[in-house]
Amino acid sequence: MEFLAWFGPVFEPWSMMLLLIGTIGGLILGATPGLSPTMAVALAIPFTFRMEPVHGLILLGALYTSTVAGGAVSAILLKIPGAPANIATTLDGHTMAARGEGRRALQLSFISSLIGGVIGVFLLIWLTPVLAQWALAFGPSQLFWLAIVGVTVIATLDSKSVVKGLLAGCVGMWLGTIGFDDIIGAQRFIFHPSLSGGIHIIPALIGLFAIPQVISMFAKGRTASDLQSAATPRDALSAQASGVLGAGLGWISSIGASFVEVFKYGRSLSIGTLVGSIVGLIPGVGGQIAGLVAYDQSRNFSKEREKFGTGHPEGIISAESANNAMVGPSLVPLLTLSIPGSPTAAVLLGGLIIHGIFPGPDIFTFHPNVVWPFINSMLLGQVLMCFFGIIIAGMVAKIVKVHHSTMAAVVLALALFGSYSVQLSMNDVFIMLCLGTGMYFLERWGYSAAPLVLGLILGPIAEGNFVEGATIAAAQNGVFEYFLRGTMNKVLIALALASIAYAVWISRRTQAHGGQS
Amino acid sequence: MTRWQHIIPPAVLTLVGLWVCYVSYTSEPAAAFLFPRIVATVFAVLAVWGLASAVLGDGSGNQGISAQMFRNMLPGIVVGAIYIFWAAKGLGFYTATALSTFVLVALYDPAPHNRLWTWGKRFAITAVFVAVMYLLFSVLLNVYTPKEKLF
Repeated sequence: MEFLAWFGPVFEPWSMMLLLIGTIGGLILGATPGLSPTMAVALAIPFTFRMEPVHGLILLGALYTSTVAGGAVSAILLKIPGAPANIATTLDGHTMAARGEGRRALQLSFISSLIGGVIGVFLLIWLTPVLAQWALAFGPSQLFWLAIVGVTVIATLDSKSVVKGLLAGCVGMWLGTIGFDDIIGAQRFIFHPSLSGGIHIIPALIGLFAIPQVISMFAKGRTASDLQSAATPRDALSAQASGVLGAGLGWISSIGASFVEVFKYGRSLSIGTLVGSIVGLIPGVGGQIAGLVAYDQSRNFSKEREKFGTGHPEGIISAESANNAMVGPSLVPLLTLSIPGSPTAAVLLGGLIIHGIFPGPDIFTFHPNVVWPFINSMLLGQVLMCFFGIIIAGMVAKIVKVHHSTMAAVVLALALFGSYSVQLSMNDVFIMLCLGTGMYFLERWGYSAAPLVLGLILGPIAEGNFVEGATIAAAQNGVFEYFLRGTMNKVLIALALASIAYAVWISRRTQAHGGQS
Repeated sequence: MTRWQHIIPPAVLTLVGLWVCYVSYTSEPAAAFLFPRIVATVFAVLAVWGLASAVLGDGSGNQGISAQMFRNMLPGIVVGAIYIFWAAKGLGFYTATALSTFVLVALYDPAPHNRLWTWGKRFAITAVFVAVMYLLFSVLLNVYTPKEKLF
């Protein structure tokens, strides 16, 4: 119950203001197609440089929480998921909106997100100190294999091709070695003066997540935006007599009715929350998988499975509770082991490092004044997200109908500012643009940014522990003995191999079924 | 999508992988390249595997780029490159941002170019965006932006 003692800093005026800004800004950014939670958090990190670490992290945590939930607004009202995590929500959410039950669908979505999210954050509160205690026993060899597991899991689960996923992870790890070697100080792969300082993580994250989106907006050309041809929020929000907002029912009672309805479908809520929590704990697996798996499982266990896809509340409840339940647990491996649980958590790792906080088993010993208020703010952020989400959803849906030409120009300017402000160096900006442009072309050919980013972040962690382990091993029984013996080493190696084998099996099965997974 | 198009990325990655491998194994001091050698070896093996698969016709996950897409994105990339590689430092962040925003909106906005009000709308979008950026960065957050001849 240590977390209860750290609520004070969250309720300070400046923290509350940042929490509000993060929540409302996150809802808008999350609802904007093309601006994923990962990209939103990456673009926001430079804004936190001048802040106290706890304030910066409160802002980033609020953005993470509400961008995931905000994606449901455009998924329901405009039939365009704000982020891949909201794909499953579109299936039933927009059908409800199309028949005049948009407001009810939004309420169900935000209430499910709140419940799933709060349970997810409680899991984070309970599991993190336990795992941190357990992780204290990890030596360099275990931490090395853990970093490798982090890269292989995301490389195999986040990519359409196992080879391409692993290759992207390797490219990331190689990029992480560019610059001066930490131990001897030797130059490595510095083929241009811009690279002498290595590749800084923040410009790399901005480039890898933001620039491909900008270029895909350019690639659409002078076409009308998909959003502009979509139904207007007013149409989608209009209440029909059959809706919860029928005649005689007020706004408050409609929310109460939605709460009752969410709990009426308790089985879907439980499945969504459970699936989201488990998916969040697995390093590298994102909300898209959580939402789709939860939707599928809820349909399998539902008594009204034939109604799924026809505007059935259970579809929204399972998908959205899973998306937000994933947020808290995805930070468990990040805070205790430095292994991000999702691409957005990887970006948050960059935010932690930039504020001088290095996650690991001793994070609660050295930085309790930062980590606990950050976690508590996510708890409060879930409540604010639900409250403001329900209130401003219609307005948000109007705001996000901005043409992609404007969006591209805005994101490009923010990307330039964000990468420059890290070290006040234009070299970082050049690296950001080059990496981002390269990533766009790689994405078109099936390579994913997530394993590359994980490789870039975890590569130096793996190398540091590898070198430390090799030094210890030299004084003991040799490198192979040190890195391959021991139960935990074997378990981690088995996990890495199992993730690859599973991905190969899925790939073969998909090919056998003619491309249908 | 032509077959040669999906061979280009794995071919480029293979070349990079082999170069990284060569540099890792030939550079001194060897101790500094211990970990990069492991990474480079796996990198090169996977890249050659990926190239072989592409040559044999495996195009899993490939979307490719059509000629139309390339024509669409080229002006934007050129403007973006000028903005980042020269204008931001040469003219100053806000001036460069205003110019690039206006040009990009004019290039990609589907509204007709022969109506005065559409140009007014584009100008208004640019002005509002730059004003918000200036207020946020220079007034509220007081953070550094590239500054040269203009502001």
